Amino acid sequence: MAPKLPPQHTLEQSSATTTAGQAQEHDHHHGGPTGIKRWLLTTNHKEIGTLYLLFSLSMFFIGGIFALVVRAELFQPGLQLVEPEFFNQMTTMHGLIMVFGAVMPAFVGLANWMIPLQVGAPDMALPRLNNFSFWLLPVAFGLLLSTLFMPGGAPNFGWTFYAPLSTDYGPPSTTFFIFSLHIAGISSILGAINIIATILNMRAPGMRMMDMPLFVWTWLITAFLLIAVMPVLAGVITMMLMDINFGTSFFDAGGGGDPVLFQHLFWFFGHPEVYIMILPAFGIVSAIVPAFARKPLFGYASMVYATASIAILSFLVWVHHMFVVGLPLAAELFFMYTTMLIAVPTGVKVFNWVTTLFRGSITFETPMLFALAFIVMFTIGGFSGLMLAIVPADFQYHDTYFVVAHFHYVLVPGAVFAIIAGAYYWLPKWTGHYPDERLGRWHFWLSVIGVNLTFFPMHFSGLAGMPRRIPDYALQFADFNMVSSIGGFIFGVSQLLFIAVLIKCVRGGEKAPAKAWDGAEDLEWTVPSPAPLHTFETPPDLTSQAPQRH
Amino acid sequence: MRMVLAWVTGMGAAFLLAPAVYANGWNMPVGVTEISQDIYSLHMAIFWICVVIGVVVFAVMFYSLFRYRRSQGAKADNFHENTTVEVLWTTIPLLILVGMALPATATLQKMYDPSGADLDVMVTGQQWRWHYEYLDEDISFTSSMSTPGTQIRGEEERADEYLLDVDNPLVLPVDQKVRFLLTSDDVIHSWWVPDLAVKQDAIPGFVNENWVRIEEPGIYRGQCTELCGKDHAFMPVVVHAMEQDDYEEWLADRKEEAEAEANSVDREWEMDELMERGEQVYGSVCATCHQDDGSGSGEFPALAGNEEMLDDVDWHIDAVVNGVSGTPMAAFGGNLNAVELASVITYERNAWDNDTGDVVQPSEIQELLE
Ligand code: HEC
Ligand SMILES: [Cu+2]
Ligand SMILES: [Cu+2]
Repeated sequence: MAPKLPPQHTLEQSSATTTAGQAQEHDHHHGGPTGIKRWLLTTNHKEIGTLYLLFSLSMFFIGGIFALVVRAELFQPGLQLVEPEFFNQMTTMHGLIMVFGAVMPAFVGLANWMIPLQVGAPDMALPRLNNFSFWLLPVAFGLLLSTLFMPGGAPNFGWTFYAPLSTDYGPPSTTFFIFSLHIAGISSILGAINIIATILNMRAPGMRMMDMPLFVWTWLITAFLLIAVMPVLAGVITMMLMDINFGTSFFDAGGGGDPVLFQHLFWFFGHPEVYIMILPAFGIVSAIVPAFARKPLFGYASMVYATASIAILSFLVWVHHMFVVGLPLAAELFFMYTTMLIAVPTGVKVFNWVTTLFRGSITFETPMLFALAFIVMFTIGGFSGLMLAIVPADFQYHDTYFVVAHFHYVLVPGAVFAIIAGAYYWLPKWTGHYPDERLGRWHFWLSVIGVNLTFFPMHFSGLAGMPRRIPDYALQFADFNMVSSIGGFIFGVSQLLFIAVLIKCVRGGEKAPAKAWDGAEDLEWTVPSPAPLHTFETPPDLTSQAPQRH
Repeated sequence: MRMVLAWVTGMGAAFLLAPAVYANGWNMPVGVTEISQDIYSLHMAIFWICVVIGVVVFAVMFYSLFRYRRSQGAKADNFHENTTVEVLWTTIPLLILVGMALPATATLQKMYDPSGADLDVMVTGQQWRWHYEYLDEDISFTSSMSTPGTQIRGEEERADEYLLDVDNPLVLPVDQKVRFLLTSDDVIHSWWVPDLAVKQDAIPGFVNENWVRIEEPGIYRGQCTELCGKDHAFMPVVVHAMEQDDYEEWLADRKEEAEAEANSVDREWEMDELMERGEQVYGSVCATCHQDDGSGSGEFPALAGNEEMLDDVDWHIDAVVNGVSGTPMAAFGGNLNAVELASVITYERNAWDNDTGDVVQPSEIQELLE
């Protein structure tokens, strides 16, 4: 890898901007916007990062409440609490809110906070755009949540909103849903542009691409995925909008349209979207495991290449969501092979983490616990993913609870645990205090128990034949569902402990030094804890340092 | 550290328990067709491969977590990158995958060969019931869930076949290759019977193919697996597989019934007969939307006391025969025969205190249909 210095003029420019920015900032502290306006108008990457994270946290709880409504109804056979119409709204809103409102914004929030700190930049490349990207989100999700109160209710066709159920047969609120998804999509695209611009242009002098922390690398690749597929989502929902309101029939067979086309377009977006939700998680775990094993990541370069391979493959596997749609044999085979291939780079990642642990000097603080649980349970989700790739078997698994178990294993103890691990890991940097270790452990163990009680039995109910997205089920699924529901409530309630940890940590606690974890090596640990509002106004010079990673 | 130990034991127990639990009938059914058995073997093979890989990876992981604790004085090594290891852990999984892909490909090729079918059945998904048509036999009927609402709401004890019972099961002969042609009249549904390992989407505007050769007589139950609206949970599939003789007997009975019904179109029907038949049709086809007591719900209008409908018979007939375009109210002219249509319309005009006294004769409807 030839050393590649960031263009010098960019750096001068950016430091010039910050000097100006600093003068402004001076005003800002005294005469500038305060109270609500300070947050509405902020262009500071740390404040915007905090906004993103708080937004995501609130969506996590709202989406979680919807999930608990679902689990409460499924506690026993029969219809007890809600009607099927409302049940369908709950599954749909749970999925939409968790994917677009909780997981994605959480990663963007972490990117906002940490990428400038990890590459030695004073801020994001496009700070005002950054503010705009964030404030689009409350608008989008305010609109989406308001559909619950509209006549006909909220979207009720699943987070995958297949046509024609969502077009010809959708509730009137579908148009609002489309609008809100458009807004959220714009927010994602702008955020991605900003992240790419920051990483490519604002690295400290001497930091080559292959010196970047893996969280930065994984986010760079994720951002390119976002820019590639969010427009496809925008396209498909615009076609829906036209079908619903302007008399076209893209997806209406009665008018010569093609409902299967909808699924191709949706999953061409949807599969990369899945990796958008997991690649940054890989980055976080790749920071935490070496820090608490006090040993460098085993294969930095192969981790970068594995991430890139996964990203490229993610464009070639979308049909594995559509194996029973009735596609030709050749297509089924091609997409089975490409899907199985993804196991290779994913395996490389897991092997790398495990080998990093080997002959380390390991401690088990809360961030490490969550990261280790991530490795184990993400791998379990990976195994069921491999099973789902086997097309003949997928004819049995498809659209059952087996699939629900699979994607919740990769998303909850996968993506969500990684986000929580990242929060525990960086909280000392954000607040200047260590999170409460005892509460953290309670949070961890209850979460692990809750998650496994909820999602492990779903493998069985799925194999035994329970379809997904049903408000009532045959009697042989009753035991599995009762366990899942109990687990769901344990998991949901134990997240309140996380809130307690956060509040306690902001308020006080053991003071953290600049380098809060003795094994942590990246640049963010060279600035004081808590990180002051402005950092790296003069970029750190890494040119003289020995290459960090090779 | 105690926690890590607890974790190791926990995960170990989970892994050991998983197969035991599998053996207890919580697993994918082996099924009653050659394909379903092939699929089951593939499923178990890939499952055990995953278990072995999992055991190896987690063993190394938990060994490291245990052995290299700093609290026990472990000093960190600094090794990283090793081309041999990295090449090995890329190529070995690749070889395992090839080993999996070969049998999977072979099974899939078998599944994709519907040639030489002895019998063709057209399966049409409709919100929220299945319509079956025996293409060479001139027989067709709808099949809807027969579990009563009282069981769903818990006012009555739930039967063993709760949610998995229908009024008219699909009857098929064993040891015959049956080809299914699947489509839908409204949204996408998916027709699934686990024991037959047939799951295929029914998509409006498309006709999908799948097939089955059932090896054992029996009753096999499944459900719609594609979200298709409010009653997605209440759209079971029941297949009754019979020996060839029994099947032919059933077929003959069915044909006789159909013929009798066709012949009866021209005769004058009594109100009572129509009401009785109408109640049946209404319960099996219309009640999912308009409710048993005709009270409707949400976007589905009440038919009890529906003035527009009661004031104008022709309008009523038109709504049922031709549907209301742009709404979930389908055109039933294509699905129900003249007797069924006439009787359900008569029923709607006289049930639930509607009491118009109107009688709609099958012959009238037959004229309309022609
Ligand atoms: C998938 C749900 C569904 C099923 C099944 C269904 N209907 Fe309807 N039906 C509707 C809807 C929705 C309307 C309202 C159409 C409109 O907006 O004008 C409707 C309207 C009607 C009307 C006109 C009443 C009015 O006020 O608009 C009649 C009569 C009727 N249905 C009869 C039947 C009969 C008879 C059956 C069974 C053979 C049946 N429906 C089955 C959904 C259904
Ligand atoms: Cu259906
Ligand atoms: Cu369905």
